[in-house]
Amino acid sequence: MGHVSAPLLAAHAISLERGGRELFQDLSFEVLPGHLLQIEGPNGAGKTSLIRILAGLSRYGFDGRVSRYTALLYLGHQSGVKALLTPRENLAWHVAGEGQYSDEQIETALAKVGLYGFEDVPSHALSAGQHRRVNLARLYLSQCPLWLLDEPFTAIDKTGVLELEALLVRHVEAGGAVVMTSHQALQVTYEVRYLSLVEGLIL
Amino acid sequence: MSPPGSLQFCVRLLRRQLVLAVRRPIEIGNPLLFFAMVVALFPLGLGPAPDQLAGFAPGILWIIALLSNLLTSDAVFRSDFEDGSLEQLLLAPQPLFISVLAYIGAHWLITGLLLALVSPVFALMLNLPGSAVGTLVLSLLLGSGVLSLVGCIGAALTVGLKRGGMLISLLVLPLYMPVLIFGSAAVKAAVTGAAAGPYLAILGAMLCLAIALSPLAIAAGLRISIDA
Repeated sequence: MGHVSAPLLAAHAISLERGGRELFQDLSFEVLPGHLLQIEGPNGAGKTSLIRILAGLSRYGFDGRVSRYTALLYLGHQSGVKALLTPRENLAWHVAGEGQYSDEQIETALAKVGLYGFEDVPSHALSAGQHRRVNLARLYLSQCPLWLLDEPFTAIDKTGVLELEALLVRHVEAGGAVVMTSHQALQVTYEVRYLSLVEGLIL
Repeated sequence: MSPPGSLQFCVRLLRRQLVLAVRRPIEIGNPLLFFAMVVALFPLGLGPAPDQLAGFAPGILWIIALLSNLLTSDAVFRSDFEDGSLEQLLLAPQPLFISVLAYIGAHWLITGLLLALVSPVFALMLNLPGSAVGTLVLSLLLGSGVLSLVGCIGAALTVGLKRGGMLISLLVLPLYMPVLIFGSAAVKAAVTGAAAGPYLAILGAMLCLAIALSPLAIAAGLRISIDA
């Protein structure tokens, strides 16, 4: 499906050096609709740095260029969930500037991440995993075609991981694209592309 | 669904910031408490001579307003930086210039505006003549807006640092000076019966300039802090 569509994101010859060590060199790739791309590498290989460069959060300190052609959703290590707000408020007033969601949409999204009944509980009463889940509810609400996910499975239980994998597959099947880092292999029937930072190529 | 317009988003952010502030009332109360404590200390240190106090009152009140603003501006972006919300704000499709105005606006509402509104009480404690109280409130309303706008530049630049408090003071204190000079001069003029209008006009002009320029600096500062 991907070969006729325009890319959502393109990296042109990205090189990054940190503390005198070359993390990766001349990395060029395109992310097309339907791509499910997993960035691989051991701790300290530069996975988070790469995904922050792709998102546009790191704008200096690397060589090369990133072209972004679409709205993107980025989920980083920190959840961005305010402890003083309820999950409902966290989503309704989210600082990423997405659309105004109705109460119903938010309740549906929270129910899908297993937070049914927690909509109006202050978030400081929730566990770390539940904080992550509030954040993941954004994936059910978002209209962004491109998702950049940095370790989305952290602190998520087994069934949560399965549901998230199914959601990722639905998103790419619907013409979206996902770029993610994770230490676990995805258990999906969809074709996963791998970008190994150690070998520097897409397998 | 299309993303909200920048003004609509700004209002949403402002509401979010105000709700967050109301749920931590200590942060609203702190500057007021600081103001009250320092005002109560001055008569003890200077001696309880009402005439002498009245002479110093404009300067004292303005210096305390400035310091309480300095103490609180450090925290404007801190919690959003720590929990990752700031990254999300930077990625929002709306222009950062407008979005940061919501943060500044919220900061001004819970520090500057509140201080200006309660300042007549403190003015009374320092024996400031009643005729100058109106000018004091007006000058604080205008001046504290400038202080919030300028203080947020320092906050944006130092939000990534573990101990940014001292650095903020060094960065923004020089920019606070003109506000202090013209603010207290306006009140002094009102005390002596001279026209305070020109001083207030200059404060207003500073406010306009700060509204136009400081969001640019804040947006750039936030991008640098997130990048580092």
